[in-house]
Order: sequence, then C-alpha cells, then structure tokens
Amino acid sequence: MTDSISKSERIQAGLAKRYRAEKRFRLYGIVAIAIAVSFLAVMLTAIGVRGIGAFQQTHVALTVTFDEQHIQDNDWQGIVKAAMRETFPDVGNRRDKRVLYKLMSSGAGFDLQNMYREDPSLAGQVRTIWLPSSDDIDMLMKGAIDRNAPEDDRRVTDQEIVWVDQWLANDAIELKFNTRLFTSGDSREPELAGILGAFMGSLLSLSICFLLSFPLGIMTAVYLEEFAPKNRWTDLIEVNINNLAAVPSIVFGLLGLAVFLNFFMLPRSAPVVGGMVLALMTLPTIIIAARAALRAVPPSIREAAYGMGASQVQTVLHHVLPLAMPGMLTGTIIGMAQALGESAPLLMIGMVAFIVDIPASFVDPATALPVQIYLWADSPERAFSERTAAAIIVLVGFLIVMNLVAVILRRRFEQRW
Amino acid sequence: MYVTPARRAKKAVETVIKGILIASSTVAILTTVGIVASLLFEALRFFGEIPMTDFLFGVEWSPQTAIRADQVGASGSFGAVPLFAGTLLISAIALLVATPVGLFAAIYLAEYAHVSVRNWVKPILEILAGIPTVVYGFFAALVVAPWLRGTGEAVGLDVSSESALAAGLVMGIMITPLISSLSDDVINAVPQAMRDGSFGLGATKSETIRNVVLPAALPGIMGGLLLAASRAIGETMIVVMAAGLAANLTANPLQAVTTVTVQIVTLLTGDQEFDSAKTLAAFALGLMLFVTTLVLNVIALHIVKKYREQYD
Repeated sequence: MTDSISKSERIQAGLAKRYRAEKRFRLYGIVAIAIAVSFLAVMLTAIGVRGIGAFQQTHVALTVTFDEQHIQDNDWQGIVKAAMRETFPDVGNRRDKRVLYKLMSSGAGFDLQNMYREDPSLAGQVRTIWLPSSDDIDMLMKGAIDRNAPEDDRRVTDQEIVWVDQWLANDAIELKFNTRLFTSGDSREPELAGILGAFMGSLLSLSICFLLSFPLGIMTAVYLEEFAPKNRWTDLIEVNINNLAAVPSIVFGLLGLAVFLNFFMLPRSAPVVGGMVLALMTLPTIIIAARAALRAVPPSIREAAYGMGASQVQTVLHHVLPLAMPGMLTGTIIGMAQALGESAPLLMIGMVAFIVDIPASFVDPATALPVQIYLWADSPERAFSERTAAAIIVLVGFLIVMNLVAVILRRRFEQRW
Repeated sequence: MYVTPARRAKKAVETVIKGILIASSTVAILTTVGIVASLLFEALRFFGEIPMTDFLFGVEWSPQTAIRADQVGASGSFGAVPLFAGTLLISAIALLVATPVGLFAAIYLAEYAHVSVRNWVKPILEILAGIPTVVYGFFAALVVAPWLRGTGEAVGLDVSSESALAAGLVMGIMITPLISSLSDDVINAVPQAMRDGSFGLGATKSETIRNVVLPAALPGIMGGLLLAASRAIGETMIVVMAAGLAANLTANPLQAVTTVTVQIVTLLTGDQEFDSAKTLAAFALGLMLFVTTLVLNVIALHIVKKYREQYD
C-alpha cells in the first residue's frame, strides 16, 4: 500500500517535468516556423526597401535651346551642356565646367534627340524639359549619399551639392517615375539601365520552353499513365524522370553547352537555346504534375467511354485529357514559374553578356531577368544595387502572378469525384 | 462505300498517335543520355590532359592557364579537393540550419497546429521554396554577409566578407521548405493507431512524437534530408553570389571557401577558348556533381518509396 502511494507520488512529481518538456517541444516548433517566416519577411522587406527607390529617378528641368549648329553636328549632349552653362553662368574654369556637366546623365542628349526626331519643328526653339540627372545626383536626392559626411567620403562634392540646392530652391529638380527602367535595355550607366531587354529575353526563352515542354510533357504523361505496359522499359523511364527532377540545374546548362552549342553549333546567348535548356529542365515537373492530374480522373469515366465503343485513343483524347487539363495547366504554370526564376543553366550557355539592344528574335543575343539581377548585383554602384532590388521586385511580382493564376485555376476547375 | 474494313483509318491514326506518344516519352531518357554522354566525353578529354588522381586528390586549385603559350606558369593546377571541401562545408552549414528548422516546423504543422494555422503557414513555406535562388544570393551577399562581418567585428572575430557561413545560412533557409514538406508528408503517413496506442499508455504528445512517430517516420525523413543535401550541393546562384572564388582548404566557416558550382560558373563564363584544360575541367567538375547528386537522389527516392509502401 505504502509502495503504491509512493509510486503515484513519484508519477505526480514527474508529471510537472513531463509537462514542461511537452511545452518546450511545442515551443521548438513555433520557433522553427517563426524563424522561417521572419526570414522571409526580413528578406522581402530588405529587398523592397532597397528597390522601391529605383522606380523613381531624379529629373532636372533644363531650359534647352535646340540650336541648328548642335543639331547639324549631331551633338545632342552639347545642347545639354550649353543649357547647363546658362543655368549656372558664373561657373568659369574648365575643370568646374566638366564637373558641372557630370550632374546630368549622359543619356539626357538621347532624350533630346528622340524629341527632335518626333518633332523636327523644334529646331531653333527654346523649351524647358525634364531630363535625367546622373546616378550620383539621383542617390543624393534619394538620401543614399549623406550630405553631412566628409567631402572625401562621398561621391558628390560640396560644389555639386550647392548646385543641386540651387535647383532645389527653384523647384527645378524632382523625383519622377522611372519609365526608363521599363523601356530600355542594359547600360553601363545606372540611370539609363532598364530591364526591358532582360524581360524580352525571358519572354522569348519561356515561349520556346513552353512550346517544347508542354506538349512533350503531356504526351509523355499520357503515354505513361494511359498506354504504357508495366515493364522494365517504362520503369526505367519513370525512375529516370524522378531523377531528372532532382538533377542540379547547372548540369542542364552543361548539357546545353556541350550538345546545343558545341555539337549542333547553335548561336551562343540565344533565347532559343535558353528555351531548349529550360524545357529539358522543366519537363520532369510538368510530367509529374500531368500524371497526377491524369490519375485523378476516375476510371469510371474511361469505362463509360469504352462502354460506348470508344477506342483507347478516343477515350483519352475526348474524355480523360479534357478533364485532366486544368491540373496539367496548373503544373505547367508552376513549371514555367520555376523556369522564369532559373539562372544557373543560362549562365552556361552565354546568356550572361552585357547586351544593350532589346532582343527581337529567338536568335538575337539576349539575357534573362534573373541573369540581369545577377549581373547588376555585381556592379559596385549604389544605384545599380537599387535597380537590382527593383528588378527582383518585378521578377517576384511575375512569379506571384503566375502562382496565383495556378491557384485560381486549381480552385476554379478542381473537381471532386 | 467509303467505310470499308480495309481502310481502317482509325487504327492507322491511332498507331501513329501511340508512336508519337512513345517517342515523346523517350525524350526524358535522351536527356539523361545526353547529360551523361556530354559530361563523360568532355571529362575524359580533361583526364587525358590532367591525370585523374591529380584532380581527385590534389589539394591545389588554380585553373588560371596562360592565354599565350609563351607565358610563364602556363599550366594551372587542378586539384579539386578544396572545392569538394568547400562544397561540403557550405552544404553542412545549410543542413545544420535546415534540418532542425524544417523538421520542427513539420512536426508542429503535422501534430500541433490548428487547421487555420496550417493553412497560413504552409503557403508561406511554399513561397520560400518558390523564390528564385538569385534572390537568395542577392540577399546573402548584400545583407547577410555584411551583417555577419559587422557582428564578427563587434565580438572581435575576423569574418570574411564572403564567408561560408553567410552562404550556408541563407542556403539553409532555402532548403528548409523542402525538408519540412517531405517530413510533413511522412509524419502524416504514420497511422493514427500508433499514436492512439501511445496516448493510451499515458504518454504525452511530445513523448509520443519522440518515441513513436519520429522513429516510424525516420526512414522517410532521412530520404528527405538526402534530397535536401543533393539540392544544397548542386545549388549554384547563392554560392556564386555570396561565396568566394579562391580555393581555400579550411574548415573554418568564417573564411571564404569556393564550391564546385562556383568554379564551373567561373570557368565557363567570360572569354575563353574552348577545348582548353580550363573549360574541360568544368565538365569534370560537372560530372562529379552529377554523380554525387545522382547517388544521393537514387538512395533518397528508394528510401522514400520503400517507406511509403510500408503503411499503405
């Protein structure tokens, strides 16, 4: 009797400890989730804060004269320089002037040239036009360069700050929406660099990728699920597909380099090669998703079709495939989103060059959005780091949209049998 | 008149369709064959120039071969041990981060979390899995690495700005969703009867999880960990952006190390002539990478598959 009481007492004494252990264990789980979620939050916030500034660009209102001489010489930057001299007439010596000219972007002249090309009647006229400033002035305006730092430590001299303040006093300098970011290709000058070239490269590569991987993936899935006999050969294909899904993406790049570029002599840096490599990479994803979608179609559908006298091919084409299509599309969109974010294989096939022109065909040299991010991330200028983050925002935005479409598609067409 | 048994158009068409389907299913096989063939072919050419033992066991990696033949030091050295060590170091850090975080997250989601919490947290983990690795790389290089360096300075440690720790930490978060979703699946596959038996004997929930659920789910979890390891070894962009280029043979996570994937990228981007030992070395490294990840994947898939059948 005494023995059993002491036993239950011992259990009672142990209980508190066990409950504490229980609480601790539970806490570990919460902490783990908190770590993952807060990392995501910190990462997205850090990138968002860095990148949001790049959607605006400092512009300066300059009163320019489209004089005939400069137009004839095709010296558009000269017009900008003349306007700068007029704005700050007391800048005398050559060295100061050269510093003064650097306030404006070297792309300001292009803007004037484009305006003139659209409207030749501008010749000889005087206009006040908002033109982009250089990236250093842009950074100063956005507060990324500390005015109070010692002059030697910042990229903007005291004299330049005085000029900028003069503009500020006249309301002649302003942050405006950065359309260039969305309408131009890469550039060595951060204030002129845009993502359109990379975006077009991604678009061209992805369309090739889709055109190849979607039909191939679906046909493979249909064969394996609906027609294939269960034998060694189909087992091999299955194991093979599962393994391909886990092969590092850079290996697909090596394959592309060795086979497409060196063996078939396809052009380097071309979206067509990029698309082919990405297609091979996304194929397993699409096949696995498509097979799951086919498996979800109940056998009764097939049996009903057979009962009506349909052949196997007719059953699949007329009944099974349409019912499985939403699931297949969802898988394909997710595969495309993966391909859009992929950069390692594209580095291998040369889609990593500095390309100013916007690619217009499948064989033009191009880069892709994630590769552009990689390239810009390497640039030392503060303004490029801002643009990198902005490009990431755009890329992640596209991925979110694609995944949302996939989710909506799944919700909308999901059928429970 | 037109429909005669001899025409059998349907049969002919269907045979063609089936033929096309079979042909398309061989693309996956051809891809594997292409990968193996191209890697093997180029790697063998590399081993024709550099002895295989030098590559596998050499401890000095400096692939900078001369551009002109008459330059001094024209032949680089291709000892890949520092690369393997660097890859292992960064992957090990990543797994050290991802295993506890991913596993505990999976346990909490599968065993404790309310359905509404689960419905929120799972998609968030999926977002983590869907973010392109170049974004992780940017974050590692621009935020995590400087932060680690600053913290190291504050406590008197010399942290390299391209430390293995920064790349490993961020890579760990990247592979966390992989581990958590695979573990979640296997934990859910453990039959409820086993838990009920344990509860019936008076075990608390955590005791049940530790002594019954986890041992039962262990093979599946191990499979998930192997898949995650293969992901970490083959990951490219994070290490290209956040890890170093110099091949240091060190186990110190605060120093810069380089990895196999970083070297493949460095060897194959930029101006070079093809066929030099330098570019061929990239294929030899690619072959090592492919074989390693393939072995890990085959074992992992085998374990996961075998385990899945156990309770069905």
